[in-house]
Amino acid sequence: METINTIQEQKHPMDDLLRMDRIPHIWCPGCGIGNAVSAFAEALRKLEYDLDKVVVVSGIGCTGRVAGYIKTDSFHTTHGRAIAFATGIKLGNPDLKVIVISGDGDLVSIGGNHFVHAARRNIDLTVICVNNFIYAMTGGQVAPTTPIPAYTTTSPFGNFEAPANVPQLAEAAGAVYVARWTALHMRRLADSIVEAFNRPGFSVVEVISPCAMYYSRINKLGDGLDMMQFYYNNSIIRHGESTDNLNIDYQKEIIVGKFVDRERPAFSESLNEWLRKDQVE
Amino acid sequence: MRIRNREKPFGIEKPVTARGQIVIIEDRCKGCGFCIEYCPNDVLRLSDKYNSKGYHPPYVAHEEECVDCGFCQMNCPDFAIFSVEVESGEREPAPAESVKR
Repeated sequence: METINTIQEQKHPMDDLLRMDRIPHIWCPGCGIGNAVSAFAEALRKLEYDLDKVVVVSGIGCTGRVAGYIKTDSFHTTHGRAIAFATGIKLGNPDLKVIVISGDGDLVSIGGNHFVHAARRNIDLTVICVNNFIYAMTGGQVAPTTPIPAYTTTSPFGNFEAPANVPQLAEAAGAVYVARWTALHMRRLADSIVEAFNRPGFSVVEVISPCAMYYSRINKLGDGLDMMQFYYNNSIIRHGESTDNLNIDYQKEIIVGKFVDRERPAFSESLNEWLRKDQVE
Repeated sequence: MRIRNREKPFGIEKPVTARGQIVIIEDRCKGCGFCIEYCPNDVLRLSDKYNSKGYHPPYVAHEEECVDCGFCQMNCPDFAIFSVEVESGEREPAPAESVKR
């Protein structure tokens, strides 16, 4: 056995895609956001896309830190406005590939308006929504994705509000690609990110992630490894499942898979077409 | 699991399974245990020693079992473990002194 080695000594295959001056990251042991970043890095490696043309945007929260760790052009924006910033970047320079990586509290609750309307206009973005059922960075408050009757710091008698169903919301608003995976389905998640990246239009990949420090500790569900084991035992892959059935109940089965894959004209495409038509007339 | 010469398995006596070597960057590890739990071949175990942050990193217990599937690398939230493929039969020399064997 060798002795403990230093951080700089060895080169991880993902080191080229990460800002190494910021690693190790701040996420807790047992958190699944690092897995989502790994899957994203793996997807970028598979795509072999020019990294100068990839922009990562994130909002505020635990998952909002992702933009700081990925070595592409990246923006750490105001709370909930990640998609709004990304829309501006995409329309300002349509050659760029814009990816929004943010949490459920940022995208679905505070930025819910932007989420819905970016999907409606079908702006060419890839959204990776890391769902850990809670506002983790601010201390474990109840989020719009918290299942009934989970305990949080602001729902000491259990949550009674109906949780948001992210794939259904995305499909109803008009997203062209909707998938959901847990933090354990790493290869499928990476493949899904590759597919979403290549799809013109608004594509959403939801990643169910364990929150070891707030969600599972308050609810006495064990640590990150226990949550992963729960996903291992209770996630069911059903491609093409109707998004009506995708509500996540407390500690019940989680349906994962690719649910929506359809074609709609993307925003920039329809904008150009419209302007061209106008000029011809 | 990568199996070389998979296209024509009948031409050779036995398909050769890839063999991997695991490298653990111990100071980045936070001891979550994902790699140990979900290694398909149970290669890793939790060690008793501490790293500089006070967590227990994993160690390679059955290195001959590793087939370079790369799942530990993908499943590690802290980018602290990866595997490299080695030619089976004849082992490559260690790339660095700190590489675990």
